[in-house]
Amino acid sequence: MRLGGKLAPYLLSLPGWAYLLVFFLIPLVSMLGMALAVGDPISGFVISFNFQEFVDAFNGYQAPFIRSFWYGTASTIVTLLVSYPVAYWIAFYGGRHKSTYLFLIMLPFFVSFVIRVLAWEFILSDQGVILGTLKQFGILPQSSRILSTQWAVIGGLIYNSFAYYVLPLYVVLEKLDRRLVRAANDLYASPVTAFMKIILPLSAPGIFAGFLLVFVTNVGDYVNAALLGGPGTYMIGNIIQDSFFQSQDYPMAAALSSILMLMLMVAILLYSKAFGTDTIQEYAA
Amino acid sequence: MSKDDQNGRDLTQAFYRGLTQPRLSRQNFMRGAGAAMMAALAPQIARAEKVKDWPAWWAKQKPTKEFVFANWPLYIDVSSDGKDHPSIDEFTKQTGIHVTYKEVIQEVGPFYAQVAPVLKAGQATGYDMMVITNGWYLTEMLMQNWLVPIWQEKVPNFAKNASPSVKNPPFDPGNKHTMVWQSGLTGIAYNPKLTKREITSFDDLWDPAFAGHIGMFSDIIEIGSAAMLKLGINPTTSTPADWEKAAAILKDQKAKGLVRQYYDQSYINALESGDVWITMAWSGDVYQANSKGYKDLKFVVPKEGCSIWHDNMCIPVGAKNPLSALEWMNYYYTPEAAGLVEDYVNYICPVPAAKDYILNVIKDPDVANSPLVFPPESELARTHEYHPFKNYAEYQKWLNIFNPVVQG
Repeated sequence: MRLGGKLAPYLLSLPGWAYLLVFFLIPLVSMLGMALAVGDPISGFVISFNFQEFVDAFNGYQAPFIRSFWYGTASTIVTLLVSYPVAYWIAFYGGRHKSTYLFLIMLPFFVSFVIRVLAWEFILSDQGVILGTLKQFGILPQSSRILSTQWAVIGGLIYNSFAYYVLPLYVVLEKLDRRLVRAANDLYASPVTAFMKIILPLSAPGIFAGFLLVFVTNVGDYVNAALLGGPGTYMIGNIIQDSFFQSQDYPMAAALSSILMLMLMVAILLYSKAFGTDTIQEYAA
Repeated sequence: MSKDDQNGRDLTQAFYRGLTQPRLSRQNFMRGAGAAMMAALAPQIARAEKVKDWPAWWAKQKPTKEFVFANWPLYIDVSSDGKDHPSIDEFTKQTGIHVTYKEVIQEVGPFYAQVAPVLKAGQATGYDMMVITNGWYLTEMLMQNWLVPIWQEKVPNFAKNASPSVKNPPFDPGNKHTMVWQSGLTGIAYNPKLTKREITSFDDLWDPAFAGHIGMFSDIIEIGSAAMLKLGINPTTSTPADWEKAAAILKDQKAKGLVRQYYDQSYINALESGDVWITMAWSGDVYQANSKGYKDLKFVVPKEGCSIWHDNMCIPVGAKNPLSALEWMNYYYTPEAAGLVEDYVNYICPVPAAKDYILNVIKDPDVANSPLVFPPESELARTHEYHPFKNYAEYQKWLNIFNPVVQG
């Protein structure tokens, strides 16, 4: 009985560990192994200690790496700026219809990802509903376009990550103790001051969580670049995909994936050191 | 009713093919990537004993009444109620063989990832026939000895009825392992209203007047071949020195801002919307765009010629009903069977005699008289096969030369 009691937490966490082993650890180890392998698809690949692939991957693809981080950072920041007011409005003024509004935000996600991106291709078309109209009124020059530029890719990333940022922000804003805001008002804080000193610091965990969620996904994305981008918008995800399905250069694909993972881990570490939960709590206090 | 049917069919067909088309390898986004990697790493266990004497192996096979056929979606005729495939029903009536038809091939890469581990382990895929596009994956399957050589005596209709354009292709000399299901051309499509002139040459893809509205393919075999044709080089017999020259003009085209995008299948949407005025294109897509209402769009075989590709029927090693597969190949190469399929599929028919069958029996002159479905011999004579790679190193060389064009 007592032994069972002690073991219970471990036994209960067993499914979790099994899940991590099967769906995380084994693929991760096999990926790292593949990155060190030599060979070709005809004669097969053999694991060795060939670190050259990492060197080649790092040296050969600096531009797409930098581009991916730039697209990822830019899109995440804009997503934050766009989704914060939305989450704020739903949490503070949504009233009885809060879940309806959240449902409306999630609604487009019931449609396949690729179809949604293709829809943007249609909307942003050179003579389409938006650009065509603006050109008709002479607001934009005839030759201007959005599609096939990096702005289309970043825009696609923003659109696709919008809901993923609204939800964590909504959760913290919804739980926020309104009495603190009222107290600030009672103490003659202007709405702006109340927002800056009370609401913003207390919603920091949501900002932090959403940033991680969106940033990591966007840096590794390749669908938006493939469909909305143009020449020179190749992201690292596109390169990895090519290495798999076009070149069958599995060691290169694995090395690139490992490097991307490492870079993201370093970025997240630095980020949480700077804005991590500890700091947030200090800030809030 | 039947006319409405026709239109409805064309629309949905075009829509689905837009989503599932053979040449879409990039749009499918990583499905099977993990499996391919694991398979590549897996130790080479328990390879089945290699068959050395194929005639003796064939002699041992017993006829069966089953046949499992793996094909692409919407790549065979469908009856008007959408439930049956008349060509398959006819086959069953003639031979008594029951066909299990599976639309499991969405794209070559992921399908390869699915069957490669099985074939590598020397086990049966469960398919007696698959339809694989010529290209590196098919070449690799041939190099791995994963395809059963065809018992030629059992398929006399091929010699009798096949178009010269599908006989003895460089990727499979003598049709030892493959027979074409459908072919297609890679030429140029354009919108005359926007280009404001006729298009006749690959040079037009480099015309500064169309800057920012020129579409090129992201498939590097395709763009490499197109650039070589522009330079007057035959891609089939080209050398790495030629590839360098082709890559140089492609990089120049990109640096000058002529290229709007390196497209996969989605080029056809861009052409329909007018974002792209002139683009590399697959003949079947333009035919379907025309039939769903984009009547202005034109497809041309440039004066330099163009590339031709093939989707090929082949028998994977371990097939349980190989004799049924031969029976099917022989059946398909009759004007009746090919005609039934062609009237629905609308790519390029490998059986020229099917034209008369479609015209006189099915009575569908639109398809029968289409130069895109039944191109005249003179047009086919101007087509070129892709460069057949002799080994992975050669393929890798091509990749290293052309990848920087698209990826840079």
